[in-house]
Amino acid sequence: MSESAELDVGYVAKLARLELTPEETRLFQKQLGDVLNYVAKLSEVDVSQVETAAHAVPVFNVLREDEPRDGFTAEEALRNAPRQRDHLFIVPKVVE
Amino acid sequence: MTSGDLPALSIADLQAALRRKEISPREVLQALRARIAAIDPKIDAYLSFDIEAALKEADTANVTLPLGGVPIAIKDIIQVAGQPCTCASRILANYKAPYDATVIRKLRAAGAIPFGKTNMDEFAMGSSTENSGIKPTHNPWDLARVPGGSSGGSAAAVAADEAFGALGTDTGGSIRQPAALSGVIGLKPSYGRVSRFGVVAFASSLDQVGPLTKTVRDSALLLNALAGHDPLDSTSLDLATPDYTAALGRDLSGLRIGWPREYMMTGIDPTVQSAIDAAARQLQSLGAEIVEVTLPHTDQAVAVYYIIATAEASANLARFDGVRYGHRAENARDLQDHYARTRAEGFGAEVKRRIILGTYVLSSGYYDAYYLRAQKVRELIRQDFVSAFEKVDLLMSPTSPTPAFRLGERMADPLQMYLADIFTIAANLAGICGLSVPCGFAEMEGKRLPIGLQLLGPAWAEALLLQVAHAYEQSTDWHKARPVL
Repeated sequence: MSESAELDVGYVAKLARLELTPEETRLFQKQLGDVLNYVAKLSEVDVSQVETAAHAVPVFNVLREDEPRDGFTAEEALRNAPRQRDHLFIVPKVVE
Repeated sequence: MTSGDLPALSIADLQAALRRKEISPREVLQALRARIAAIDPKIDAYLSFDIEAALKEADTANVTLPLGGVPIAIKDIIQVAGQPCTCASRILANYKAPYDATVIRKLRAAGAIPFGKTNMDEFAMGSSTENSGIKPTHNPWDLARVPGGSSGGSAAAVAADEAFGALGTDTGGSIRQPAALSGVIGLKPSYGRVSRFGVVAFASSLDQVGPLTKTVRDSALLLNALAGHDPLDSTSLDLATPDYTAALGRDLSGLRIGWPREYMMTGIDPTVQSAIDAAARQLQSLGAEIVEVTLPHTDQAVAVYYIIATAEASANLARFDGVRYGHRAENARDLQDHYARTRAEGFGAEVKRRIILGTYVLSSGYYDAYYLRAQKVRELIRQDFVSAFEKVDLLMSPTSPTPAFRLGERMADPLQMYLADIFTIAANLAGICGLSVPCGFAEMEGKRLPIGLQLLGPAWAEALLLQVAHAYEQSTDWHKARPVL
């Protein structure tokens, strides 16, 4: 896993929709580079015979009855919205 | 008993006094509020509390219920209807929870009164509560030191007698480690034992809610209320829930407790090591046999954790988009600018670091090398525990390799902070249960700093864990010590 040198914090921050200052970018590049160098130790482990586990408890296909039940009213759902009008969330203009 | 003595009571003793009508739930809350007013300016354990709402509940409390009239402090990552739920983040500064988490519904059903939201590392990311976007919390045993984290507010509140008991969450040790550093009992149930519905998600395959308490019996009482299947959380298991107080008091003869060879490593503070050695002798004198076992993939656990936890966090925290709730940047040029600045302004440094790391290990070209490989090594870690628990009933270790460290001491080097989680994170990766119980003190600079003994049990073995912790606790005086404030 020599890829750690390939981490481009500025590019990944764009993927993560996160604006960073130049100082943050430089600091995280160094700190996360250290973390990636550390986690490179995983390449020492032979995993060729291992099935992946998404989580530690083997439960699958948990379904419930498809029945109507109470949910939020529009007022309740909008109560924490930073901007709203006429029972709608207001968002920046997306299409010209 | 004067009202000034009230806050020092355990939940069990408080309940007994309430049932004998020596005090009323209203008097309990007023005594607690007075204690918080006197002590919390030094500790900063609480982010908010709503005394009026709690007093209203107190006046209708049914003290015959298992937790009737008992106020319980709640980590500010768990939703209590109508109360703030900030996750100690600026991005949720003005958020009010629209509904009760299942654990809150269950606490109320048992008669408890959720009272006060406690400080934490932002979105539970950290081991010191210094990553709180609001304020740091101070360790009641030495105000210059951290209480541990991420449930540091809950741990400090219980340790300083500002709470009878508290809820925390544990993703990689965030209940057990602050319990150890603050000198209280912290229990992380097995994954799936307690519902996560209404708990703001950090790493969904690792998060579990659990109690922080003054005694092991209180931990059992709270787990009785919290445990059980929830149809609203598809990862909560439909298993019978025993009465966790039933096994308390049984002796330990015939029990085998494993000591993982890989945990005898450098980096453990000598006073911590000698406290754990003494705890092992104590457990032997109670009838348990101490056996050396092996967990061969121990050295990989921190690396696996910081890939899986950050990957899940980067996905979970995508919901903070400034549209439906939370902070929103002003005057966005376009949608991308709206997202990027909303999140830049709302999240603190550690959260940003982890979102970037998690996004990177999931990104095209790196997924197999990091995330998929980490999932496979996680399975090997889980199998290590399965093999160990074929030979022994429980495992023991320090909870943290060191006592509480100084505020600011580890903030510059995130990797060093991560490495201190070595003894706690494997339990989350394997989905097993674990508990920290006080086992001694380190004397440092004229202060006494608590040390925690960690006990780990197989999935669903909480009753055995509590039985052993209780026997140990009752045979020592460590849990009776209180910080001088």
